[in-house]
Amino acid sequence: MLLIYCPYCEEERSELEFRHGGDAHIARPANIADITDEAFQDYFFLRDNPKGLIFERWRHIHGCGRFFNAARDTVSDRFFASYKAGEPKPDLPGVAPASEKTVETYEATEGNAQ
Amino acid sequence: MRKYSVFAVAREAMRGHKGWEAQWASPEPRKEYDVVIVGAGGHGLGAAYYLAKEHGITNVAVIEKGWLGGGNTGRNTTIIRSNYLYDESMDIYEHSLKLWEGLSQDLNYNVMYSPRGVMMLSHNVHDKQSFQRHVHANRLHGIDNEWLTPEQAKAYCPPLDISATARYPINGAALQRRGGTARHDAVAWGYARAASDRGVHVIQNCEVKGIRRGQDGAVTGVETSKGFIGAKKIGVSASGHNSVIMAMADVKLPLHSVPLQALVSEPMKPIFPCVVMSNSVHAYISQSDKGELVIGAGTDQYNSYSQTGGLQIITHTLDAICELFPMFRRVKMMRQWGGITDNTPDRSAIQGVTPVPNLFVNCGWGTGGFKATPGSAHLFAYLIARGEPHKLAAGLTLDRFRTGRLIDEAAAAAVAH
Repeated sequence: MLLIYCPYCEEERSELEFRHGGDAHIARPANIADITDEAFQDYFFLRDNPKGLIFERWRHIHGCGRFFNAARDTVSDRFFASYKAGEPKPDLPGVAPASEKTVETYEATEGNAQ
Repeated sequence: MRKYSVFAVAREAMRGHKGWEAQWASPEPRKEYDVVIVGAGGHGLGAAYYLAKEHGITNVAVIEKGWLGGGNTGRNTTIIRSNYLYDESMDIYEHSLKLWEGLSQDLNYNVMYSPRGVMMLSHNVHDKQSFQRHVHANRLHGIDNEWLTPEQAKAYCPPLDISATARYPINGAALQRRGGTARHDAVAWGYARAASDRGVHVIQNCEVKGIRRGQDGAVTGVETSKGFIGAKKIGVSASGHNSVIMAMADVKLPLHSVPLQALVSEPMKPIFPCVVMSNSVHAYISQSDKGELVIGAGTDQYNSYSQTGGLQIITHTLDAICELFPMFRRVKMMRQWGGITDNTPDRSAIQGVTPVPNLFVNCGWGTGGFKATPGSAHLFAYLIARGEPHKLAAGLTLDRFRTGRLIDEAAAAAVAH
């Protein structure tokens, strides 16, 4: 069971008091009725599902009831930081971004080779 | 491949068991394959087997980071059933169930499929209405599922407590008699052996680190820990790690990976005749042929690749098991483990083409992929060979999250399935 620091209550409490709220920092489009199906899919369904660093929402449902965000490692489940909703992603020195993509495009691997 | 039979067992018994051959070859990878499948679980190995058997494509490699069947194929509770609500789900799970029925003979490998019946307990009016709706939908679709009164349920599964004073009173049950269990390892081994016999390469301890693409965007092969392996087509079937693999080709999926836990007890004499599931209190239980009680717990609420899970999750399940079956209160649990399941928003699988040419994906089986193994593998092979989905899997496209044609088993089951 996780121990989660609520930035509003300013204390570490058991996971039982919290409800996970999915990925953090996903902005709802202001013109949601006008966006394309692709854009809606991207906003609503598609997720990075990172192996490593994730930014996620939690709600202290059996405490102060408020939403906040946290940075966590999805391999070790260790929390790096939790911070109030609306605050930007914190700088996490020494923490690598999740699942570095080794995207092997033709350009990346062959460059200008003929 | 030497055929397994009672005569082979007798012959080897006479010879001191010195004549058994390796079940599958462990070759070094070739430079290029017609098809590379990422992930040697039941789905991936099965797809390779059906590619060779039904589509004549034998220049196939199955690449696995760890060992064969060491992911979710070896981490589930082996329950097999097809009593889903929606047509798309019924189609594929029933297709799978039919393949389970003949799988041991087909593979010449005893997968110990045991149609002992899957009983889903109803505890309240809502359960009753919901399950009866499932029963009717299934029967209209030609799938066996029947409604039992509490007395009939007790007759089928004597350990049930149907008294009015039970903590979770039982007001009926839905029973699928053809449902049951199978030996999970044997499924992976059987498919590996049969595929290897047809020329498929099973390559273990080989991690995929990248997907290489040509100028036209189509895949050309995979970068692995054993070097570059060319591929005309790639099928990704890596359960919890599908998002990680597909990100290598810049494809984002509607998945989140969470741990799902299960546990087994110390072995006991045969005491539990079927599979019992209770969605309302979230517990499911059966007894393996070794005598262990196999108990499935729930998922953790947060994304994780840790292959473990919170203790409160299994505690909750054991609370429910002990209330349903007080006779198990003093049974000791022997092992507990977690697998990483890839879950879609509608809790139905995705099997189909991707925006990248010649890259195919089989993912999102979430917490219920084992039962789908033969059916999913069979249809995934069809997809890879033909480049378009079989009609039984036509609804499981990745595209449905754009079009909105979801298959909402999540709402239908109201529980991890």
